[in-house]
Order: sequence, then C-alpha cells, then structure tokens
Amino acid sequence: MRIFVAVGRLRLWLPTAALVMSGCGGPFPQSTLLPRSDFARATDVLFTDIFWWAAGVFLVVETLLVVTLIRFRHREGRAAPKPTHGHTLLEIAWTLAPAAILVFVAVPTVRTIFATSGEAPADALKVDVIGHQWWWELRYPDLALVTANELHVPLGRAVQLSITSADVIHAFWAPPLGGKRDAIPGHVNQIAFRADRVGDYGGQCAEFCGASHANMRLRVVVDSDSGFGRWATEQLEGPAAPAPGTIAERGKAVYARSACIGCHTIQGVSPGVIGPNLTHVGSRTTIASGLFPNDSAHLASWIADAPALKPGALMMRMKPPLSDADIAAIVAYLESLK
Amino acid sequence: MTHASATQHHTSMGLDNRKMAFWAFIGSECLLFGSLISTYLVYKGRSVVGPYPNQILNIPFTSVSTFDLLMSSLMMVLALAAVQRGDMKWGKIWLFSTALLGLVFLGGQVIEFSEFVNKGLTISTNLFGCTFFVLTGTHGAHVTVGVLWLLTLWVRALQGKLGPANAMTVEITGLYWHFVDVVWIVIFTVVYLIQ
Amino acid sequence: MSDARGLASWLTTTDHKRIGLLYFWTALAFFLIGGIEALFIRAQLAQPNGRLVSAETYNQLFTMHGTTMIFLALMPLGASFFNYMVPLQIGARDVAFPRLNAFSYWVFLFGGLFLNASWFVGPLFHAGILNVAPNGGWFGYANLTERQYSPGPNIDFWVLGLQILGISSLAAGFNFIVTILNMRAPGMKMMRLPVFTWMTLVTQFLIITAFPVITVGLAFLIFDRFFGTHFYVREAGATPILWQHLFWLFGHPEVYILILPAMGVVSDVLPTFSRKPLFGYPVVVYSGVLIGLMSWGVWSHHMFAVGLGPIADSVFAATTMLIAVPTGVKIFNWIATLWGGDIRGTTALHFAVGFIAMFIIGGLSGVTHASPPTDLQQTDSYYVVAHIHYVFFGGTIFGLFAGIYYWWPKMTGRLLDETLGKTHFWLQFIGMNLAFFPMHLIGLLGMPRRVYTYAPELGVGSLNLVSTLGAFLIALSILIFLVNLWRTRTRGRPAPNDPWGGATLEWSIPSPPPVYNFSVIPTITSRLPRWTTERHGPMRDPPATPPEPIHVPGGSWWPLIAAFGLPVLALAPLTHTLWVAFAGAALLLLGVYRWAFEPFEV
Repeated sequence: MRIFVAVGRLRLWLPTAALVMSGCGGPFPQSTLLPRSDFARATDVLFTDIFWWAAGVFLVVETLLVVTLIRFRHREGRAAPKPTHGHTLLEIAWTLAPAAILVFVAVPTVRTIFATSGEAPADALKVDVIGHQWWWELRYPDLALVTANELHVPLGRAVQLSITSADVIHAFWAPPLGGKRDAIPGHVNQIAFRADRVGDYGGQCAEFCGASHANMRLRVVVDSDSGFGRWATEQLEGPAAPAPGTIAERGKAVYARSACIGCHTIQGVSPGVIGPNLTHVGSRTTIASGLFPNDSAHLASWIADAPALKPGALMMRMKPPLSDADIAAIVAYLESLK
Repeated sequence: MTHASATQHHTSMGLDNRKMAFWAFIGSECLLFGSLISTYLVYKGRSVVGPYPNQILNIPFTSVSTFDLLMSSLMMVLALAAVQRGDMKWGKIWLFSTALLGLVFLGGQVIEFSEFVNKGLTISTNLFGCTFFVLTGTHGAHVTVGVLWLLTLWVRALQGKLGPANAMTVEITGLYWHFVDVVWIVIFTVVYLIQ
Repeated sequence: MSDARGLASWLTTTDHKRIGLLYFWTALAFFLIGGIEALFIRAQLAQPNGRLVSAETYNQLFTMHGTTMIFLALMPLGASFFNYMVPLQIGARDVAFPRLNAFSYWVFLFGGLFLNASWFVGPLFHAGILNVAPNGGWFGYANLTERQYSPGPNIDFWVLGLQILGISSLAAGFNFIVTILNMRAPGMKMMRLPVFTWMTLVTQFLIITAFPVITVGLAFLIFDRFFGTHFYVREAGATPILWQHLFWLFGHPEVYILILPAMGVVSDVLPTFSRKPLFGYPVVVYSGVLIGLMSWGVWSHHMFAVGLGPIADSVFAATTMLIAVPTGVKIFNWIATLWGGDIRGTTALHFAVGFIAMFIIGGLSGVTHASPPTDLQQTDSYYVVAHIHYVFFGGTIFGLFAGIYYWWPKMTGRLLDETLGKTHFWLQFIGMNLAFFPMHLIGLLGMPRRVYTYAPELGVGSLNLVSTLGAFLIALSILIFLVNLWRTRTRGRPAPNDPWGGATLEWSIPSPPPVYNFSVIPTITSRLPRWTTERHGPMRDPPATPPEPIHVPGGSWWPLIAAFGLPVLALAPLTHTLWVAFAGAALLLLGVYRWAFEPFEV
C-alpha cells in the first residue's frame, strides 16, 4: 500500500497544476486534498488508494473502447462480421476482475471505517457542536466555555466533537480536519481527530437546511497548546466592562434595554439562548457564522437589518428601528467585548 | 370489469391479464403495508405521553371484528364458487353477505376510533396515535373500497348483468378481499396481540 | 398509427403509439424547463457571491431542477419508449390495458402541471409569483420539510405533486409487467426478448416495489403537515431519520429505474450498428436483473454521514461495491459486442458509445463514495453533483438520445438529420464534460452542494466559471437537437420500414406503424428474428395489408376524467376546502366507474 501513498503525494500536484492553469491560486482553506489531522489523513490515504485503482480501470476500459471503435469502424468491402454470441471464459474473467479489485478497495475501507469511527482517548478535549439555523453553537463542557462559529482546538491533542442540532438537520464539515457528520436533532454523532498543523481553516454546513444553508459557515483555528490555553482563559473571563463615559458604555445601556437581550447571552448582562453567545464577540474574527469580517461597518449593517445580509436570518429588524447613533453605540460595545 | 371478452384472449403465460396485474398490485400493496407496519414497530414504545396501547386497546372487541372479517372471507369463497357454477341466487346472497360483514367490520372500527378519541387518543396525541390511526385507517380505507366493489358486483348481479362469464371478475374481487383480510391478521397480531 | 384527426382523438386515444408520442413531447417540454432552471443555477454560480437570484429563488430552482429532471423528464422519456417500442418489440397490437395506459399518461401530465403551477400561483397564497415553488430539495429531508420549518405552501406542492406522479408510475408498472409477460407473440420466449424490453420489465418491477415505500413516506409527511401527526418530529419521540430510510429505500431503486432503460437502449443500438449480436445476451440480461435486485440492499450508502455505526457502514459499503460487478460486466459485454464488428458511426451509435464512456466515469466515482470514509469528505459536496450528472446526464440522457435517434424514424416516419445529429452529439459531449468534470474538483476543494453562493476564498471561482460555460454549451447542443426535430417534420428523409438493418421486430413493419402494428402476428423462432444466424434465416416481414380485417379498440374519455380527479383532490388540502376534496373524489369515482362498465374491446 505504501507505493500508493507515495504516488498519492504525486497526485496532489495534479489538481493543483490544473488549478494554477485555470488561474486559481490557493490557499484552499476548505480543501479535502490538504489534510491537517490524523482523521483527514486516513481518509485521504484511502481516497488516494481508490483514486488510483479507478484511474487504472478508467484508462484500461476507455482505451479498449477507443481502440475497438477505431479498429472496427466501417470500411467498404469489409466482410460481414462473425456472429459471436459470447465467450464463457472471457465473461467469467471480466466478472472476477472487478470483484478482485473491489477486495483491494473494501479491505482498507473497512479498516478505515473502524479507525475513524469517532472514538477518542479519555483525556480528549470534548466539544459539543450544536447546529442552529444558520449558525454553530460550540460548547467546551470541561472548560465550561461557550462560543459560536469559531472552533478553537489545540495542536496535537485529541479532540472529540459531539455533534447535534437544535432544529433541522445540518452537517458539520471542516474538510482539512476530516469528514462530515450530520447534526441531527435528538441524535449525537461523534468525530475525533488530532490536528497536526497550526492554521486557520474553513468549514461549512453540508446538509441543506433552509434559506441560508449557503451562509452557515465556520472557522476552525488550530493553535499551539499555549495559544489555545491563552484563548480559553480569556474566553472564561467575564465580559470587559466598558470604561465610564465611553460610547461603549452607552452601547451597553442601549443593548440592555433592546430586544437583543431576548436572544443573546452576555455574561452578567443578558441570558438569551436563541442566538450566539456574545460574551467575547469582540475576540472573534468574523460575524454572522463566518460570513463577514468582524468590523464596525459590517456589525452596524448586521444589527440594522440582518435578514438583508443573510436571507431568512431569525434576527429581525428591530421595531421601532434603532437610531444610527444607538447602533453605533452597540457596535462600540460589542467590539469592546474582547 | 365485467366484460367477458377480455378473458378469452390468448396470453403468453396462460394467466388472465387482469389476474396477473392484480397479483402485481398485491405485491406492490405488500410493500405499502410493510412500510406502514415497520414504522409502527420502529416507533413502538417511543411515545412521550399517553395514552399507551395497553391502556386503551380493547382486545376482546377487536377479536370479534377480526372473526367477522375472517367470516367475510369465507362468504367470499362461497360467492365465487356460486358464481362459477352459475348459481346466481346464492351468488347474490353470498356477495351481499361478504359486503355486509365488511360493513360490520367498518362499523366496529368507527366505534373503536370514537372510543379512543373519547379516551383522549387522537391522531396527533402521541406517536402511538399517529402510527395506529394511519396504519389501521389505511386498512379501513382498503376495506371501504372492497365493500364498494362488492356492492357494485351485487347490484350488477341483481340487474342480471353478472353471470358465470364474469367469474374472473369475482375471482379478482376475492383476491383483493382475501389480501385485505390477511393484512388485517398481521395488523391484529402486531398491534393488538404483541404489546 | 391511428389516422383519426382532431384534438378529441388525442384526448381519448388508447393507442400505445400515440400515448408514447404524448409522453415524448410532454417529457421534452419538462426537460427544457428543467434545463432552463439548470442554466439559472449555473449563471448564479458562475462567480463567487453571485447575485442573479436570491437565496429563496435559488432554493426553489435547484429543488425543481432535480424534481423535474427525475420525475418529469427522464422517467417519462423512458416511458415514451416503453409505450411506443415494447409492444412492437414483443409482437403485440397494444399494451395489456390500453385505457390504464392513457390514465398513466394523463396522471403524469396533471402531476407535472400541478408541480409547475407552483411557480405562478404565489398570489393565491399571499406571496409573489416565483415564491411558492417547492424549496426543500428533490430529497425533501424531514424535519426541514415539516410545517414548523417550512410553513408556506411550497412543500405542499411537492408532496402532493409527487404523490400524484407516483400513481402514474405504479399504474404504468402493472400495465407493462403484464404486457411483457403476457402479450408476447408466439415463440417470443423470455430469453428471446430484446434487451430493451427486458430492462423495461426489470424497471417496472422496481417501480411497483419502490414507489409504495415513498408513498408511505410522503403520506406521513402529508399527515404531519396537515393533520398534526408527529412522524418526523423529534419532540414527540420520533426521528427525522425515518424519512431518510423510507426515501432512500425508494431512492436507490429509483436510480436504477432511471438508468436501466438507457442500458436497454444501448444494448439494442450497439448490435444493430456493429452488425453483430449482443455479446453474452444472457449475462447482460441476468446482470440487469441482478442490478435490480441488489438496488434494494444499498440505500444506506446515501446516509453514511447520518452515523449509523461502523458495522452498518461496512455492510452497506460492501453491498454497494458489489453492485459494481454486474455493472462492469455489462460494460465489458458492450465493448465485446463492438469488437470484431462492422461499426457504422451513426448518431445513435455516437450516443450509445458516449453512454458507455461517460457512465464508466460515473461508475468509478461511485466507487469512491461507496467507501464510507471517503464518502464523508464527498457526500453533499459538488463531487457528488459531478457523480450523479455523469450517471444521469452522461448515462441516462446519452442513452435516451441514442434511443431517440435510433427510433425516431420508426415513430414519425422520417429520419433525423445525421449531420445536425453529430453536431448535437459533439457539442453535448464536450459541454457535459466541461460542465461536470470540474465539479469533482470543486467538491474536493470543499464546496458543498445546494448553496446559492460561495466565498471567493474557497478558490473555486474559475472552475465554476468553466462549469457554467459547459452548461451553456449543453444548452446550445439541445437547441441544435430541437432544430433537427423541427426540420425533420417537413424536410426529413422518409424512413423505410428498416433504415438501419435492425434485428428486432419493430423494424419489420412500416414507419410509422399502422394502428394495428402487425398485419399478421409474427411467429418468432430466434433472438434476432430479422437476421440470418447459424440456424435461422431472417423471418418474413408481415404483409403490407392485413389479410383479414383487424379490430382496433376505440378511444375513451374516462381515463382522462378519472386522472383529472387527482389534481382536484390534491387541491383540497392546499386550499383547505372540503368540497374540493369531494369534487375530486367524485370525478375519480365517476371516471373509474364509467371506465369499468363502458363497452371496450381490447
């Protein structure tokens, strides 16, 4: 099998070359061909294996077809073909040949199924992933930490995700870290992986889940052990209190008297559980489930009219609408929540 | 349904076209009831609120209904035999009895359903309600079609338009009726007897 | 074909050839509608952050594209050939139940119109037009399709429309099973049937066993949406996974319902144009039967991401891989049929060979997601979109086009233009590879399917642009096909009985055939009755005029009226009006009763 793995490395430049020729650069943050965890690598090795078997079969059969077409094309004066009805030995041979190849595919398949079935060592970092229309709730039960849409995991440590849904069926998919699993209401699916390269990767809901299925994205940040520890510590602290007299402080007051509190949690300020937890929203790099960069302009238009940016979003326009000044104040407050 | 000529045609398998189509139809119906019964079994015991089957099913009552339906199958056999030997007097009697026993079964189902509703079990109460009413309701709809069919034949017989030449029509009606009966035996066993 | 003219003669027709043509034109119209939906989809995805249509519109477009192509285009295009060709291939004067056949067609037409009416009737539901078409995907996964998450009438149109279409398929299924088993000419043993007829038979068995399962699944959804049951509601203790099991128990046989008829066409076209009998006829037939049987044991490979556990995953991976064996056997037998032949490169042969070449790719990519671990990276991504289009477009559609170019002269009496035909083929061949090959890469690079937009950061913009160009190239090729059809009406070369030198019975009678098909029912003595084989000379074709008068069944209005009852019945829950339900049921009952008792000689 090692030869296939070696050839598999070669294969990687095939699509890459095709992409360069077609004018795409990289870095392909959501690619299944650039595995960044043991789970994704196991899958990739298997795919490479099957790919080469398939490529071989493809080459043989298509060549045979083309040769036949050319060699036996109609020519004037050719004698009438011999009416052959079949050939038992030949037919047995080409029944057995695919069956034999499939054994070579099936054995590593079953091995990989069991190797990647989501079991993790007891000391694995556990994360509960809960799909919502259309965002991801992320809970670290051992750390008592709740966040959304940006999954932070430490490098080299086993991670076990328990995936479920609060409403319809979604699918959690962060390709560089491994295959997808459906997020199903009433069921818990598990995947386990050990990330092996620091980086910032993309992911996305893969099961059609309604109007904004395309907008249900996520980011996965693989950090060094110390970097992850620092992040977790910061997330566990209470929300930063805005300095007196700042616009952010006014924003906190506006937030506290607006409908925001019905759906969002900010520790010590509001207990809502329908939308993402905002206690440290300022520390995230994107908003609206990975859709937009987390900057004041996007935050402001998001607060003013979320469904205009994300079709079907449950965060309605506020009635009566917030004034521009109020929105600017809330934006300042949210940005202060590092 | 009642034109004799179709039965006279030569067929490759030697089986009447309509009868063969009907066997195919019954095969298809097996998958339909199979899916419904499987769903009932998969969801058995998963209701989160009552009433539960053991609180509400009246086995003695339904046993009588089941016996009634079995008897109607017997009447159907007699009806077919009578029509085949050209005895239309008894043919009419047995056809009507089959339909009548079918009607009695339907009446029993109406009583059973309304009693369940009175005891607080509707189609939307819990999973037991959903699966029970849809499964037995689908069966009841089949019985209703059968009764209409039998009554149609009976009226044709009264008009003198049904005779030994139409024995195949009666035979196919019988196939349907026996099938619906067998399905009920399965439902009775799965829903009522094995709780 | 019947000489009667006028609208009424078509509305009441029970002639299998006319019904075949009705199927053809209706399915072609739906194929064009589904194609236009595809062009909108591709235009939207030509670049990242596309803004041509809204998310809501896009979701309706891809739902209706899938639903239309599967249920309103590919299945009925196949049905068009079942209708027209099966009685001719088995030496029969009509199908077993001509009026049931008419009923199937009308139910299909009304079901298709019912589904597509949803594009325009938004205002009746206090919404704009283009707002209430189905939007839950052709797979309609519960619980997204429950009233709680899809409150509008969109999904109602879908469940009710599919329920209507299922009745059409089931009725046709019973009809063709009996026709093929029971209406064969003397001497036409089962192992002498043309392979197209054999594959039709297998397809019908799949239809009558698979459709009841989806009927139950849809019925549960209808009850959930209209009568407050909880078949797929987690809070009541149920699970939305039940839908997936019921849907794919139907859905995988459905895949073979779509591909087997095309395999049958190819198995008939290749021998004709290589002037050699089909290589290994019994093996080709048995492998078709085996594929049909095995298609019942693989449904969960659509559900690997659901998390059924490693043991179930392993079992379904094994059964799925096994199905590749009979499929591979067929491909080798087709190539062996060509080997040593005298291959004439007609348009029909181009499409048949195109089928083999493209279906190999679809089959091989299928093996990559028969393996659950790799499937977890591929399922619900564009990789699978590539796979199904290599199977359904490269496979089914190429096979059906082979059938169209092969049988068009028989059906209309005129030959399609070969130059236009080959232009059509090459444009479609290049177009489909441009459109669908890049999708493999798009999926591997992480783009999920069923998304109305994607981020530029994914790096799949250029590949998507290529794919869109390919889609428009396919559209151009279809346009050329339409021009060919149009020109042929008046300028096509008149077809003799047998323009190709075919071996099977349909070529022994005039093009188009007279209303009674065979002036004398032939007696068959070999598998290739019109060819010289080792033991037999060619059969004598039936005489041009019947030696004795032939009784031809008349038409009937009742199938049409009974069929019309169904969409009326379906309107009742949509409009929440009880009397509409009674009206629909009354129409249906009236139609069936009058149909049963009208004098009608078969």
